Amino acid sequence: MSEMRRVTAICNGTVVDHIPAGNAIQVLRMLRLDIGRSNPISMVMNVPSAKLGRKDVLKIEDRELSQEELDRLALIAPAASISIIRNYGVAEKMQVDLGDELVNIARCSFWNCITQNSREPLPHKLRIVSVEPLEIRCSYCGRRQDMDEIVENVL
Amino acid sequence: MGDLITMDDLTNKEITNLLDNAECLLPVANGEVHLPLLEGKVLANMFFENSTRTRMSFETAMKRLGGSVLNFSSAGSSVAKGETLYDTMQMIEGYADVVAIRHPRQGAAQYSADAITIPVLNAGDGAGNHPTQTLLDLFTIREAHGTLEGLNVVLVGDLRYGRTVHSLSHALVRFGATLTLVSPGSLRMPTEIVSDLPSGGAEVNETVDLTGAIAEADVIYMTRIQKERFPDEDEYAKVAGIYMLTASDLAGAKEGMIIMHPLPRVNEIHPSVDATRHARYFQQAFNGVVARMALLCKCLGVKVPKKVK
Repeated sequence: MSEMRRVTAICNGTVVDHIPAGNAIQVLRMLRLDIGRSNPISMVMNVPSAKLGRKDVLKIEDRELSQEELDRLALIAPAASISIIRNYGVAEKMQVDLGDELVNIARCSFWNCITQNSREPLPHKLRIVSVEPLEIRCSYCGRRQDMDEIVENVL
Repeated sequence: MGDLITMDDLTNKEITNLLDNAECLLPVANGEVHLPLLEGKVLANMFFENSTRTRMSFETAMKRLGGSVLNFSSAGSSVAKGETLYDTMQMIEGYADVVAIRHPRQGAAQYSADAITIPVLNAGDGAGNHPTQTLLDLFTIREAHGTLEGLNVVLVGDLRYGRTVHSLSHALVRFGATLTLVSPGSLRMPTEIVSDLPSGGAEVNETVDLTGAIAEADVIYMTRIQKERFPDEDEYAKVAGIYMLTASDLAGAKEGMIIMHPLPRVNEIHPSVDATRHARYFQQAFNGVVARMALLCKCLGVKVPKKVK
């Protein structure tokens, strides 16, 4: 059975394909879809993939994710391919883009960073120092951030 | 140049030019020559954390060059009433031409630089960076050895929380120095700083043994174990007083080796060292004035004459 048929096709919404196996829940957290949302979401995990070996897939009904939301995924699912579905057909295909800086996506994890004062108004900024291997630092205090910390501190 | 937040904001050529200008300004710093290059300019000294040498040498540097200084301390100010750093900096931008900021939180200098348009000079942010100290340290090393290249520099003590050594080590490797990092295991230099160092092509060694590093050193840079940076007092007690340099320790040292310290010292350098030819820490503190003079001129776009009379 193909992995796309493990759950029913959606009428309208967003399909996030090619998520590294086991990371679908992190993707939901990064997209802030894990709490307080009413949209139906189908999740397929650990299915065979020619591209990744194993992969996860998410189908989010009745919600078209914006490019800004999708770029949050670049950290944990850099190879993700995104399809916007309208009336059971693929209306748009999108790619994620890591860019140079993550603005207001996650707060710095360092306890003594200036941005820990929640009343400070400037945006939270994390700088992509290198992609391979992935290295991310706070643009203000310079501290390295690991992936678990970023997912934990997502805004 | 606008802001100086880390040593990355300066190229090697800019550093060398700053040191050259600082040298030209020595007679002004000594009070022998009156040279009001910064007349009409105002420096805001924004110290959210205690400071003696940095704050005073910034003030002296500005005043010796004919400028004026606003001194701010967070105690008793609007900050004590809960004002954000952003708001404080918005206000100060209207009062001054350049800001020197020291803050207990890391990243505060970069944050301030993002908040306002006048130049921001990082005078120490938490355990982060202290680039103006680095300029005066480089000036002191070059003054003693005539060069920054190829020297063996031994950095001792609190390399984890000590912001002076973070900025200094970064700059030294860019000039090809060999670094020996001497610290207890719990105070080793943070991995993100050490991993950046070899990219400059310099040799970097880490050890806990100070005695074995003395004979080959051109510079021994002592630091205080900073009680105020420890989250836990027990951790501090384990390492307090671990390195103490006395005059008798220096018997096998090179003739021209210099001992530096950003000060204040507690017991890392015994007073018996003060009278040796190696002691350079008080001269180093004075050099803060010329280094900051050169920096203030640069960020305010004022040219320093090659010959100061």
